[in-house]
Amino acid sequence: MIISPELFQQFIFYLFATFTVGSAMAVVTVKNTIYSALFLVLCFFNTAVLWLLIEAEFLAITLVLVYVGAVMVLFLFVVMMLDVKQAKASQLKQSYTKAALLIAAAMLVELMVLFAYKLSGQLPTNELIRQEQGYSNVSEVGMALFTTYVYPFEIAAVILLVAIVAAIMLTMRKRQGNKQMDAAKQININPAERIRVVSMKAEKPEKRHSGEES
Amino acid sequence: MSLQHYLIVSAILFVISMAGIFVNRRNVLVVLMSIELMLLAVNTNLIAFSKYLDNVEGQVFVFFILTVAAAEAAIGLAILVVLFRNKKTLETKEINELEG
Repeated sequence: MIISPELFQQFIFYLFATFTVGSAMAVVTVKNTIYSALFLVLCFFNTAVLWLLIEAEFLAITLVLVYVGAVMVLFLFVVMMLDVKQAKASQLKQSYTKAALLIAAAMLVELMVLFAYKLSGQLPTNELIRQEQGYSNVSEVGMALFTTYVYPFEIAAVILLVAIVAAIMLTMRKRQGNKQMDAAKQININPAERIRVVSMKAEKPEKRHSGEES
Repeated sequence: MSLQHYLIVSAILFVISMAGIFVNRRNVLVVLMSIELMLLAVNTNLIAFSKYLDNVEGQVFVFFILTVAAAEAAIGLAILVVLFRNKKTLETKEINELEG
């Protein structure tokens, strides 16, 4: 039996969409924080596959490289470094849990109704335009990024720089008992404050008694 | 697959992460992760619209969102590290100085 490409694509879509939603559920429900970070990695990965399916290759690879490779490693690093305690089942009860879940469910139903019925006439119904062979999504995004959007691109670079500086400044602290010199204090020293001439009587050295020592 | 498929998947993702923030009873790290999930849902929406309308600007926007989200994650985690140093905990119940 040969499956048609369309059907195969749908199969792939449903498979990875299920994994995405399932791992997202796991992120917010699993008790151990390390597990939820790992499930978040799985969720990002599956979403990258979903993006690949509609030919957004550049962003799919960026998601894997930047998120799975950098941000999630940072998350795991912090989770493991901070020794987060595991929550007990008794702590997980709270007074507003039911109301919050109800609100979330209501939002989900409303969004579904919106997308499936209300907006169905206004959304673009055409199938995805498959690009011909040799088409490069990277160069298309790059053309838009470096011509029309080059100014926002520069600002994004500055934002990253600010993030680096802020993260370092936030976590930097003076170590106790550090012998490091403060250069500004050394330069601004006033000689009059350092040496104090005290007038006092000269003291005579005491006579040593040779008999006591032996 | 049509645009609706992608919209519904991202709506489900968004609602899950929102519920995660609402009923979070563990620690602040999970709240940060939920925010990342939310951004992911929004990005999926933008990419789907960009591809089905054949307009590359949506993808450029997603690129910027990824940049800002990475910066946000770095600064957020740095703040959490400082918070943990001062309070020795990240439980949401313990960190209620503002009585919210």
